[in-house]
Amino acid sequence: MTVATINTRPGAAPSTLARGRGAGGPAPKRTVVAYGFWIFILSDMVMFSALFAAYAVLAGSTAGGPSGVQLFSLRSVFVETMCLLLSSYTCGLGALSAERRQLGRFLLLAAITFVLGVVFLFIEYTEFAGMVARGDGPARSAFLSSFFTLVGTHGAHVATGLVWLIYLVAQVVAKGLRAAVLRRLLCWSLFWHALDIVWVGVLTLVYLMGVA
Amino acid sequence: MEGRESAFDDRTPGVEDHEPTASYVSYTVGVGLAILATIASFVVSQTDLLWAPGIPVGLLVLAIAQIGVHLVFFLHLGSGSESTNNILALAFGVIIVLLVIGGSVWIIANLDANTMLTPDVMNMKH
Repeated sequence: MTVATINTRPGAAPSTLARGRGAGGPAPKRTVVAYGFWIFILSDMVMFSALFAAYAVLAGSTAGGPSGVQLFSLRSVFVETMCLLLSSYTCGLGALSAERRQLGRFLLLAAITFVLGVVFLFIEYTEFAGMVARGDGPARSAFLSSFFTLVGTHGAHVATGLVWLIYLVAQVVAKGLRAAVLRRLLCWSLFWHALDIVWVGVLTLVYLMGVA
Repeated sequence: MEGRESAFDDRTPGVEDHEPTASYVSYTVGVGLAILATIASFVVSQTDLLWAPGIPVGLLVLAIAQIGVHLVFFLHLGSGSESTNNILALAFGVIIVLLVIGGSVWIIANLDANTMLTPDVMNMKH
């Protein structure tokens, strides 16, 4: 008799019970997937922190070579920053359109995100190629070794994100905006936003403090 | 109980319907604040708006503010119960990052100060 009062109505939808954090049933798969991917992103941040630490320690060790003041062009860095920031914006809007099952708008925003990412990588490649051509490559000094490692690793992440975006758009086109595809899109957008956070660190520590 | 839909929607049992917390407006506010912080960083580093020795501190404050904007408006870390775990994990990550960066800089600066190298040794080339 008393037991029956504890049980919920037989017809009650599980959605009225779930509260996450173990109470009332397991958390939504979407929440679990995002949490797991968030852990990966944080571990990636820890890896970047080691590269940042190496750069912070070696920034003054120019071995008689050029320092940041001579090497960095803040104008192109500003364009790079804006590209990445706006691509983060369009990525967020794209993920939102996907949630709302607006396929055409999602594809358009994904295309804009991709183009902005490519422009960022192109500017970075031009900067690197120019430095190497002038003989200021990673072998020149400890400062330049750590600079190329830190900024290059960020660039490699951006390139990976772009390849991943192509793969996901192909999935959306082939499979439609179903729940599993939406979860992968969520992970990708977390990755892309996290790269923008790393770039804030690169911009501040490497470029702005290097030139100021 | 909506068997077809739950199979199609690929949900685990006991799932709340997902309501997006974000909106086009919140992303637009976020990107606006982020662009403002970026422009402020460039202005601070390129002009003498701030007292010169205070510029790194100003840049650091702006960077932390911008990271906060990204976390709240783009990554949606809010005060809701569903982001408790994410925020705890973030707090742990922040501790590790601060330990690695702060610890390295501190230790190496200490080593630098206690190692008496003459300038010609410092600039020695192979």
